[in-house]
Amino acid sequence: MDHRPQHWGRPRDDVYGAYDASYMRPNGPTTHTQSPVVTGTSVVALKFKDGVVIAADNLASYGSLARFPDVKRLRTFAGTSVVGFGGDVSDMQYLDRHLQELAIDENYTSEKGHTLNARNLHKYLANLLYHRRSKFDPLWNHLLVAGLDEDDKPFLAAADLLGTTFTSPSLATGYGEMLAQPIMRRYAKDEEAAAQLTRDQAVDIVKECMKVLFYRDARSLDTYSIAVVTKQGIDLKEDVKLENQSWAFADRIKGYGTQTV
Amino acid sequence: MFRNNYDNDSVTFSPQGRIFQVEYAGEAVKQGSVVVGITSKTHAVLVAIKRNAEELSSYQKKLFAVDEHLGLAIAGLTSDARVLSNFMKQQCLSQRLTYDRALPVETLVSLIGEKAQLNTQHYGKRPYGVGLLVAGVDETGPHLFEFQPSGMTQEMVACAIGARSQMARTYLEKNADKFPDCGREELIKHGLRALKETLVQDRELTVENTSVGVVGLKEAGKRGIDFFKVHDGAEVKDWINSVGDDAEAAGETAEGEGMQVDE
Amino acid sequence: MAMFSQNPVLNGPNYSFADVPVQDHVDGFREHRFNPYTDNGGSTLAIAGKDFAIMAGDTRLTAGYSINTRFSPKVFKIGGSTSTQDDANILLSVVGFAADGEALKERLDSICKMYRYRHNKPMSVSACAKRLSTIMYQRRFFPYYVYAILGGLDEDGAGAVYSYDPVGSYEREQCRAGGAAASLIMPFLDNQVNFKNQYIPGSGVGHALQERERQPLPRDEVEVLVKDAFDSAVERHIEVGDGLQMMIITQNGIEEKILPLKKD
Repeated sequence: MDHRPQHWGRPRDDVYGAYDASYMRPNGPTTHTQSPVVTGTSVVALKFKDGVVIAADNLASYGSLARFPDVKRLRTFAGTSVVGFGGDVSDMQYLDRHLQELAIDENYTSEKGHTLNARNLHKYLANLLYHRRSKFDPLWNHLLVAGLDEDDKPFLAAADLLGTTFTSPSLATGYGEMLAQPIMRRYAKDEEAAAQLTRDQAVDIVKECMKVLFYRDARSLDTYSIAVVTKQGIDLKEDVKLENQSWAFADRIKGYGTQTV
Repeated sequence: MFRNNYDNDSVTFSPQGRIFQVEYAGEAVKQGSVVVGITSKTHAVLVAIKRNAEELSSYQKKLFAVDEHLGLAIAGLTSDARVLSNFMKQQCLSQRLTYDRALPVETLVSLIGEKAQLNTQHYGKRPYGVGLLVAGVDETGPHLFEFQPSGMTQEMVACAIGARSQMARTYLEKNADKFPDCGREELIKHGLRALKETLVQDRELTVENTSVGVVGLKEAGKRGIDFFKVHDGAEVKDWINSVGDDAEAAGETAEGEGMQVDE
Repeated sequence: MAMFSQNPVLNGPNYSFADVPVQDHVDGFREHRFNPYTDNGGSTLAIAGKDFAIMAGDTRLTAGYSINTRFSPKVFKIGGSTSTQDDANILLSVVGFAADGEALKERLDSICKMYRYRHNKPMSVSACAKRLSTIMYQRRFFPYYVYAILGGLDEDGAGAVYSYDPVGSYEREQCRAGGAAASLIMPFLDNQVNFKNQYIPGSGVGHALQERERQPLPRDEVEVLVKDAFDSAVERHIEVGDGLQMMIITQNGIEEKILPLKKD
């Protein structure tokens, strides 16, 4: 046995070779994120008559590995807005801590408790993302901000890692862009159409989207979070299971992989 | 002979617990011409007397529009006020840039409060020689704040600072219970009457020496605001006439009388 | 560098998906670098008249083959004294990378607002045009990837249009198209606004042939011209469509019109 305690529990040099400590070098170049590591997939959201529905599944993937099956990707802000995160999970957690701090600071600045509404929050996050991309040190996320604006009208907008922003009656990130957005646009092709939708209709449409995404997106999960933001507040459910799945269609899919017939 | 040894800088307390430099700065405010501010449930109004250094010189500006929802009135050193006004403009712009919203009035006032306080605690620094009245409208309605060189800030229903402002404050205190329900025009008139109280015997309000700044809600309880606007010269003529002695005797002039001016 | 050119023939299609990971030339390994730019498609157009200027843009915002939104305006009022921009005297259109466009617009607007605060008057269009150029050139080595057009009325009340490249080189013009369908619209404008290749019939042959004399177009004709230009661009370019935003600046202020375009 090696008599030096500092060597205990370490790979033996004579067996594994000297330990490469280069990664700990304190004076190396600083590095920036070049690609995401642990990622979340789609976020989908849809406006309705008096609010917004937003949903994201609870999976954080490590490449193609379903690594963390219980990660909540919808975060609330000041009890009035919800942010849905797609993309890197560690960057999401950084942003969440940051937003928590912002909400607390904002509450302390005034007795009257001015709070940032969803539009203010979205503008702030978009600026943050844009400044980070301009430093070549991006926060690898695509996020949706759902809530109400200063006139208590439904507000929904997106911001991505480049700082690009846009708003629409329905929005989706990642695969949701290809799979969920066409479904939602069928029901809410413009603001007027979205303003006709009831809360129940909107929730049903979003749930349908989550189902389609679970069928077709390999990096998705059947457990998801869904939030409804209205003037009354946020109704967030974080452990919803997909209902009424039917894989009957799978039988009819032919021509992929090792299948020969 | 007696000499005050405790007023050489703003970091030394006198044995009585006073900081003379800060108090002297307060005196500079009292030298400035008077400004009055009043709030109602829907509006915030600033009125001011402008002074000209000599007969042929122009009148010194007293009201500054900082942002669309907020403006300020100054009493004291104009140049110091400009520094604060520029700072406030920058803060308002950057709030709009980062959050796309109007900076809450209280937040802005606390920022200049902190800035001014620093000057009272560092050797070699000089307190601002100016007092401000900040009037604005934000999500929580109209507000009026008083700011003093010490860094002191407080929210007021109505307030007057500057030379002979005690007379105006007496008027404001006497009429304070009427202010909350005043409309725009009434509030301006109250402001001008308070201003008149401060005038010395042979002076009066004229279109040259009077400034009026108004900001308010378009409609009570709604979001939209009528932006802060400073009125000078011919624009204030009707208001001045409406609080003239004969007008006073004849009772109130018609409410919301047009601002038509033909000169 | 495809990003500095609007010519699809020379540089391949100017689609944003040109930023997919590229093969390293040396060892064939995947080189995955963060690309701070993307192309959000869309097209803009500006025409100056005798006493007006029209700025127009489609309202589609794309990422590759996806339509991010059908309504994201590209023309903005600049330099009003309030956030509502009611008294604005300048128009800016930006197309290219939307996030840079937004940043540039905000930057120019706050500079104009600061100018108003300091000088108690609005900035003139020519001053603003020069200022925009310096803002863009300051980012010479990390440019705002946008094609900007500035519009307004000059000191004589005549319509003025200034066009820019991404690094701030600018000139005043009678008309300019920018963005994805610029190469489709510009030749049409050359012919219809500057009367290029239009000759007076029977005025001679060869060098004796006389060019049709240029004259400023009336406003109603220009509005139709703009709509026609976009209707044609929508047919031939996938990144253009959904809505047409038109801003018309005259002595009486700025008028905004939103017209439908094909959504396919």
